[in-house]
Amino acid sequence: MKTNDKKPTRKELPAEGTEVTGSEALIFSLMKEDVGTIFGYPGGAIMPVYDALFDYRDRINHILVRHEQGAAHAAESYAKILGKPGVVMVTSGPGATNLITGLANAMIDSVPMVAFSGQVPSGLLGTDAFQETDVMGITMPVTKWNYQITKADEIPEIVAKAFYIASTGRPGPVMIDITKDAQFGKMKWHYEKCRKIRSYFPYPKVQMDKVEEAAHLINKAKKPLLIAGQGVLISNAQKELMQLVTRADIPVTTTLLGLSSFPADHPLYVGMPGMHGNMAPNIKTNECDLLIAIGMRFDDRITGRLDDYATQAKIIHFEIDHSEIGKNVPTDVAIVADARDALTKLLPLVKENDHKEWVESFRKEYDNEYRKVIRPARESRGDDIKMDEVVHMISEKTDGQAIVVTDVGQHQMVVARNYRFKQSRSFVTSGGLGTMGFGLPAAVGAKVARPDRMVIGFTGDGGFQMTIQELGTIAQHKLPVKMVLLNNSFLGMVRQWQDMFFDKRYSFTELANPEFTKIASEGYGIASKFIKKREDLESAVEEMLAHKGPYLLEVKVMKEQNVFPMVPAGASVSNMVTE
Amino acid sequence: MEKVEEFTVKVYSENHIGLLNRLTIIFTRRKVNIESLTTSEYHLPGVHSFTIVINTTESMIRKITSQIQKLVDVMKTFYYRTDEIIYQEIALYKVPTSALLESNEIEQLVRRYNARILEVTPEYTAIEKTGHKEDTQELLEKLKPFKLLEFVRSGRVAITKPMKELRVHLQELEEATDYSNKY
Repeated sequence: MKTNDKKPTRKELPAEGTEVTGSEALIFSLMKEDVGTIFGYPGGAIMPVYDALFDYRDRINHILVRHEQGAAHAAESYAKILGKPGVVMVTSGPGATNLITGLANAMIDSVPMVAFSGQVPSGLLGTDAFQETDVMGITMPVTKWNYQITKADEIPEIVAKAFYIASTGRPGPVMIDITKDAQFGKMKWHYEKCRKIRSYFPYPKVQMDKVEEAAHLINKAKKPLLIAGQGVLISNAQKELMQLVTRADIPVTTTLLGLSSFPADHPLYVGMPGMHGNMAPNIKTNECDLLIAIGMRFDDRITGRLDDYATQAKIIHFEIDHSEIGKNVPTDVAIVADARDALTKLLPLVKENDHKEWVESFRKEYDNEYRKVIRPARESRGDDIKMDEVVHMISEKTDGQAIVVTDVGQHQMVVARNYRFKQSRSFVTSGGLGTMGFGLPAAVGAKVARPDRMVIGFTGDGGFQMTIQELGTIAQHKLPVKMVLLNNSFLGMVRQWQDMFFDKRYSFTELANPEFTKIASEGYGIASKFIKKREDLESAVEEMLAHKGPYLLEVKVMKEQNVFPMVPAGASVSNMVTE
Repeated sequence: MEKVEEFTVKVYSENHIGLLNRLTIIFTRRKVNIESLTTSEYHLPGVHSFTIVINTTESMIRKITSQIQKLVDVMKTFYYRTDEIIYQEIALYKVPTSALLESNEIEQLVRRYNARILEVTPEYTAIEKTGHKEDTQELLEKLKPFKLLEFVRSGRVAITKPMKELRVHLQELEEATDYSNKY
């Protein structure tokens, strides 16, 4: 590689008032915002910024992805693991449009992200210049906020605002488009962090009267059930959640995005609710007398048929976004605030309680599910390996301590159902948008965020091929990501629906696949193994976990395995089908 | 089925490029048509106001306004039923002056409808009327037989009957916000 790799020399920020270029101002602003990593891809309209970055590459790590969508997903994953905004940098036109899926994903899953795109010089805006696209217009519906910078001296203020908006309140992606002349332009360096915006009210104060009402309902409840959503993780309320449920003896179910906010081996943990969730939390949703929802939005995949959802129960909704209150499910007490703030105020009012029998009743449902669904899937004796066996084994071998990333589809649900998370901030998946192709770049982002932790990226043969080029990123940056490809040669979840609801008409869901291990090992030099026999599974998993570098384990799994139990779309949560 | 009613949405915001686009996306995403839209500077410095008229259900208007309230650059939004506001629209009509001269009918219409003549030239006469849509529409129907050349009606402008000022609303929002947070 012929490149100018002379060591970076400049390390410190210039004094306030020093004349710098817009590009330098952007890099300094990122340093001021404590940005350690950028996921990006250079191109014409962002070149001045990349040139400025070159001098500071020992201060800011840049991960060169293979497609801008990969940068967005990696940044989202990084953000989720660390609880601070992921940063993306791309060029104009196609660079920016390739981000759209990632922005939409971050928007619906409330992920803090700040994305920068280069733009044609301001004088050329609207002229259909080379690689010009209307980034403002096109990203508006999928961002929390966006802004186009056309002058160098706007940069610090707008960057400060972008980070403030992305990470406060209900987090979300922010897109900043910077014209090339603003990158080249000169300005006097000055930086001030954003602490307040006149029209933005990110953290509503906790209303004590509501908290008292909630405490009253919690104290008198006989059959309470708590749903922990991603809001618990976003607000870092894991400790407060634990105190609340252990004191009041409340069973806890975690949504898909709330997984790992509560340890799976805790006696009060009762699994995941929703379409492919566990039976106990679904059935008990329609039996409890109090449903406490924290930092979740009653998504249709959780609630099933709305007019038959927890109608017997009082509902307390802790939610920072006022527009989520009553959007899908009417609530009795709404506490619009940061989850941790609210729980901190609530805790002193909650009395010690005991709901032994009620908690025990979840165990019965679990045993039933274990007998009917979980064990048969994990302890399959047929010729084919089932996905559950693989995930369960990896969960056991890693003692539930790994960071787990998934793509979207059947394997995603199998992982959510079978991996027993013991550490917080350990699960990254695409929830609201259901973005196939999310998994591999998200595994990259997770590993960059936490190089010290084991990162296992589960994927299916469909999703893997949507962003397979990120193997190049893994190889180039030598990221020791463990990839587990559960290959059933089908778009499994779509096939399952075709099986169940479309008379087994498998319309375009079967895939003729390449030899993935060849691509990984021969193409990218990534260690890999393909197995299809049960007796090879354990040693292969052990080999993967022990391997120092990145590793792809491809497991040929049963072609037509369906994920159960299931709440069919539009059915009530208490009517789960097991086959 | 929930009743469809006419609602007037008032939005007070920063005057930022693109905000109008962000606002309209909220309507189009829910397939709600905007009947009329007026935007102008407000009397508080730097504050911009939008007046939007739509026909929809109360549950939809509640969802829409809470999504609008969520926009970073929006300070405050409200929705009103028609009896909670005082509103007007302005309409301009252009008729050939020959039609005005042929009889006194147009002149009588102008008097009867409390309209006024803005300009008379040898070729055309411009008439203005403010009022509710029904009033300006009625005059339009009456003028049509006189070889009406042009017609335009503005969006609604509205002031509200409740006495609480925007300033107080904003102060309350600010007081209800915790700025001492972890960021």
